[in-house]
Amino acid sequence: MLAVEADRIWKYFGDYPALRGASLEVEKGSCLALLGRNGAGKTTMLRILANLSRPTKGEIKTHVGKNGIGYLGHGIGVYDDLSAMENLLLFGELMGVKDPKQAAIEALDRVGLTRVKDGLAREFSRGMRQRLAVARAFLHRPEILLLDEPFTSLDDRAIAVLQSLLKDALNSGATIVMSTHQIREAMELATHVALLERGKIVHAGPQTQEMLLDPGWLYRTYGEAT
Amino acid sequence: MPRGLATAFAIARKDLRTELRTRESINASASFALVILVLFSFAFNLERDEFYAISGGLLWLVYSFAGALIVNRSFSRELPNDCLDVLVASPAPGWAIFLGKAMAAFVLLTIVEAISLPIFGLFYNIHWMDSAGPLVIIILLATWGITIVGAAFSAVIVNVRLRELMLPVLLYPVLIPLLIAAMGSTTALLSGESLTGDNLSYIRQLIGFDAMYTALALYMIEFILVM
Amino acid sequence: MREKAIWILGLLGALTMIYNLHTVFLNLPDEAMQGAVYRIIFVHVPAAMNADLFYTIALISSILFLVKKNFIYDSIAVSCVEVATMLILVNLVTGSIWGKSQWGIWWAWDLRMTTQLMCFLLYLGYLVVRPAITEATQRATMSAFIAIFAYADIPLVLMAIRLPNVRTQHPGPVLETGQMAPMFLPPFGIGILALFLIASALVLVRLHQETSQREIDSLRRELHAI
Repeated sequence: MLAVEADRIWKYFGDYPALRGASLEVEKGSCLALLGRNGAGKTTMLRILANLSRPTKGEIKTHVGKNGIGYLGHGIGVYDDLSAMENLLLFGELMGVKDPKQAAIEALDRVGLTRVKDGLAREFSRGMRQRLAVARAFLHRPEILLLDEPFTSLDDRAIAVLQSLLKDALNSGATIVMSTHQIREAMELATHVALLERGKIVHAGPQTQEMLLDPGWLYRTYGEAT
Repeated sequence: MPRGLATAFAIARKDLRTELRTRESINASASFALVILVLFSFAFNLERDEFYAISGGLLWLVYSFAGALIVNRSFSRELPNDCLDVLVASPAPGWAIFLGKAMAAFVLLTIVEAISLPIFGLFYNIHWMDSAGPLVIIILLATWGITIVGAAFSAVIVNVRLRELMLPVLLYPVLIPLLIAAMGSTTALLSGESLTGDNLSYIRQLIGFDAMYTALALYMIEFILVM
Repeated sequence: MREKAIWILGLLGALTMIYNLHTVFLNLPDEAMQGAVYRIIFVHVPAAMNADLFYTIALISSILFLVKKNFIYDSIAVSCVEVATMLILVNLVTGSIWGKSQWGIWWAWDLRMTTQLMCFLLYLGYLVVRPAITEATQRATMSAFIAIFAYADIPLVLMAIRLPNVRTQHPGPVLETGQMAPMFLPPFGIGILALFLIASALVLVRLHQETSQREIDSLRRELHAI
């Protein structure tokens, strides 16, 4: 059963084709690591999947239930001038969470920010801001999670929190599409792997032992010669 | 309350909360209004009584300049941290996000207007208290027109180069019919007339403008938010 | 095929215009009250009428772009707006000349001239903002939005300038009373037609330019994609 389907997606920015007929199929309950060099089109693909951007050509289908999609992009997506609690309350309301206050309290606890729940996001350290962003993305227990390079520039504590949340989400049957450079962290969680090269998906399939043992293998086998 | 409307109020509350904490746009806008009021006093060399004839025009020039500063921030405040992405990606309908922002801008502009009005009365010796009731109605109606169109254009050009320069070029021509009605009715009120008879047409004009552009903006904003 | 159409329209328009001007200058008598300068009406009013027509076509085209997402509609819209704005300028200048000769003032805030000035300002925004947007889809979508907002303003402008105590209501010169002697009607009608043909030719030229530009853009895209 597919959770996300992308059929021959083209996306042009002016003259430049960021995606050139990229197709993806993501099984429900799986965790897809979307790999690729900088400029391969990972962010573009994720934004299209999150409905932030319309493809120039091609179709997207996301089979999502009532909890919807969770998106964690490059920007942390929290308001600097609101407190952690206020941020989560707002997003809880926007996402249609039943009891936003309770959900916010639980989320803050999960990411270890309960002590500073009334502090303004502006005053947080970088790691704390990232944990708040993660709390926001998981707040409404989304059935599909779209994460754009989530491990980049996280501190150790934040990485641990994120991995734990991702594992829990997978165990509850969520589907995850995660673009990443940090191959090791991604490979630990991924069930499937896709390689995006210059706007095209050059390989997609289950994760294998070779990939786990030697992360560069995928690039060498399917990618272009550097 | 229908979900969309609740979302709109949540967004409006958020905008107001952040703005009242930092007071960036209110300060800038109110200061600008004050400067313009002073500047205009040097622009004209009229007798005390003659000021009544230009009172409406003056007031709404000040209000519309202050308004442009406020609405410009409506959507640009979502750019840091990519918050706009999160809003658009959420299940919240586009029109609700937009309506919430327009409402917040409306409240902020009304605050600036409330601050400027007594100063205006002071500098130009205009007794506005006598017609305070109808004056407030005119101000609220016209301010809604400014904020709904302003917020719409703010959304359109949020990602465009030279955003602050483009907004006035787009906004003011569209506001002209609204401002004509606001200026005319304000001058009439401050000169001691009442909003009856011929002067009712001003109210009709304001309501017509507000209704048309509120409907148009709410309907069309989806095209702009996801491109 | 399109080149031929442009040539034919342009030629036809030019010939009609010359024929009409010939009639206007040589065959018609001077008018009772205004002397010779009344002849400007045969250009002044047709310019406004054609401008209104092309703005309307631009509106329809803008709506069609938003619905169908085909860029040809965006090209039609911008071509029509540019030509229409040029016609408004002709209208404003001829009106100003007429006013100067009749009443000694270059500008009188009469109802009709004020309306045309408002239109000019409304679409000036359209023309100014467009070049500032580099990405084609964004530019077309935003332009369509602006065009629709501008057009919606026109009925409101018509109402606003008729409000009490507005400058246009002050007793003052009115350029046209709307009544025309029967002998003036044929050259008037031909004047409208002549300008229509010339304006259409110009729109097609501009359209050709836009289409060529898009072809160049798509060739550039092919190049990038290789």
